[in-house]
Amino acid sequence: MTDTLGLTAERCIELLDAREVSCRELATAYLERIEAADEGIHAFLRTRRDAALAEADGFDRDGRTGLQGVPIALKDILCTKGEETTAGSRILEGHIPIYDGGCVTRVKAAGLVSLGKTNMDEFAMGSSTENSGFGVTHNPWDAERVPGGSSGGSAAAVAAGFAPLSLGTDTGGSIRQPAALCGVVGMKPTYGAVSRYGLIAFASSLDQIGPFALTVRDAALLMQVICGKDACDSTSVELPEPIEVPAAESLRGVRLGVPTDLLAQGIEPGVREAFDASIAAAEALGAEIVETALPHAGYALPAYYLIAPAEASANLSRFDGVRYGMRLAEPGDTVGDMYGRTRAAGFGAEVKRRIMLGTYALSAGYYDAYYGMAQKVRTRIREDFTAAFAGVDLVVSPTSPTVAFRIGERVDDPWAMYASDVLTVPANLAGLPGISIPCGTAEGLPVGFQMIGPAFAENRILAAAHALEGAIGFDPRPPAMVARA
Amino acid sequence: MAISSDDVLHVARLARLRLTGDEVARMTDQLSTIIGHVEQLSSLDLSGVEPTAHALDLTNQVRADASRPSWPRDEVLTNAPDPADGGFRVPPTA
Repeated sequence: MTDTLGLTAERCIELLDAREVSCRELATAYLERIEAADEGIHAFLRTRRDAALAEADGFDRDGRTGLQGVPIALKDILCTKGEETTAGSRILEGHIPIYDGGCVTRVKAAGLVSLGKTNMDEFAMGSSTENSGFGVTHNPWDAERVPGGSSGGSAAAVAAGFAPLSLGTDTGGSIRQPAALCGVVGMKPTYGAVSRYGLIAFASSLDQIGPFALTVRDAALLMQVICGKDACDSTSVELPEPIEVPAAESLRGVRLGVPTDLLAQGIEPGVREAFDASIAAAEALGAEIVETALPHAGYALPAYYLIAPAEASANLSRFDGVRYGMRLAEPGDTVGDMYGRTRAAGFGAEVKRRIMLGTYALSAGYYDAYYGMAQKVRTRIREDFTAAFAGVDLVVSPTSPTVAFRIGERVDDPWAMYASDVLTVPANLAGLPGISIPCGTAEGLPVGFQMIGPAFAENRILAAAHALEGAIGFDPRPPAMVARA
Repeated sequence: MAISSDDVLHVARLARLRLTGDEVARMTDQLSTIIGHVEQLSSLDLSGVEPTAHALDLTNQVRADASRPSWPRDEVLTNAPDPADGGFRVPPTA
């Protein structure tokens, strides 16, 4: 049977095209690996063995092409028709959507075979997947450590060889940061590039769906599937040019901006070393390295932690025990009592904290001082990037200031947890596309290299990331998982 | 600015969250810390800066003004905790 650890989507396609494996054999290989090893990782909340094998059989019987028959894993925040979708929250336990999200429709139309739904921080609020209502996900590189979050299950699934591709969502770094911590590629598209229809909303002006993969080319293949305007999401747009699968091996003529303001945000020495080595590799490929300014970058984190909770507090008001999900009521309760009781029981501590923070920031007397001020800072951050991109093609930095931290290490200190996102939130506030690619290890744990581009410069990012990835030559197979196989 | 437990209780009422005494104490402490961090924004001079609500400059995205089927009522009610008479039943409002 095929060893799925380190198996890329492109290689899956080759094996399927050459009929060296059938779609059923490929799906079975991944499902068996999940059954053998996910107990120690908990990347999946649910697998869908029978449905996946039935879909695989269909392609084996009727013939296939392209990505048809290639397995994928979906973050449990994406609505899947007829299949439980919880957003990692007890309040949505047993919730069966009556429709597919726009992105899920596209994934199905492309013939990708979903193996199941992945674990996540509740409603995507978190940087470690410790806030899931259904248990913690472990990092495939070191089970004592977090996979990052909020899309920790999707990142861990790809790293552990449970699926060659997965989808996550990125509101403040929730694709790029877990990609960095798990040693895989993760891309956040430009805001609007991918439909948010059927994505359970966290912060609507920031949320964006994107791919995890083992290689940049694989990520590009999945980007081709998911990008595009959807009539059901009026903030979605057609990309100005189609996504290309990158082939360039040189960075000649590419100007990479290193933002000194962003790098002043307390980067661990090991992370900095891996980043600097990758900068040297980029230079050797012909890139021009330029120092660039993002003067308001240090204010992105506080602005984000006002804007995102404010939007969340409004979005999560819909979970009130009326239309879907949990309801808790005692005899004699009014509807208001029922709301309070249901939400108290259904939401976890971090979600309550964000709802409280957001409600406070929007409440009478504080709106201008907090939410309004954060929106102005958001303008400044957008202007910073516009100015930076006048002089450079891409802004680069480490993705996370640290490698994967220990489970439990930051749970009692919300601001320390929030600081995980310090290098990723600026791109969300400005709506810009970004990618994280693995660029080496520190203390035996993966380090991520982030590239941010102007709006709709996905192809520029993918091309540069592919070239740099080739020069770095990172082996994405976690040693702990190799030993286990 | 320090947040009092009264502030927390007021905001919890607005947010329709029933908090335990422990949660109120912890929330008072943690929200004060977080607000302390975000207040560094007030050191910026933001006079004359327009707020950004949305990163994309999209306006007037409209669909064709044509009728189309709504979700079937029975499907919409499949996830309801207490469906009744084709609607969502709730406890008394007062």
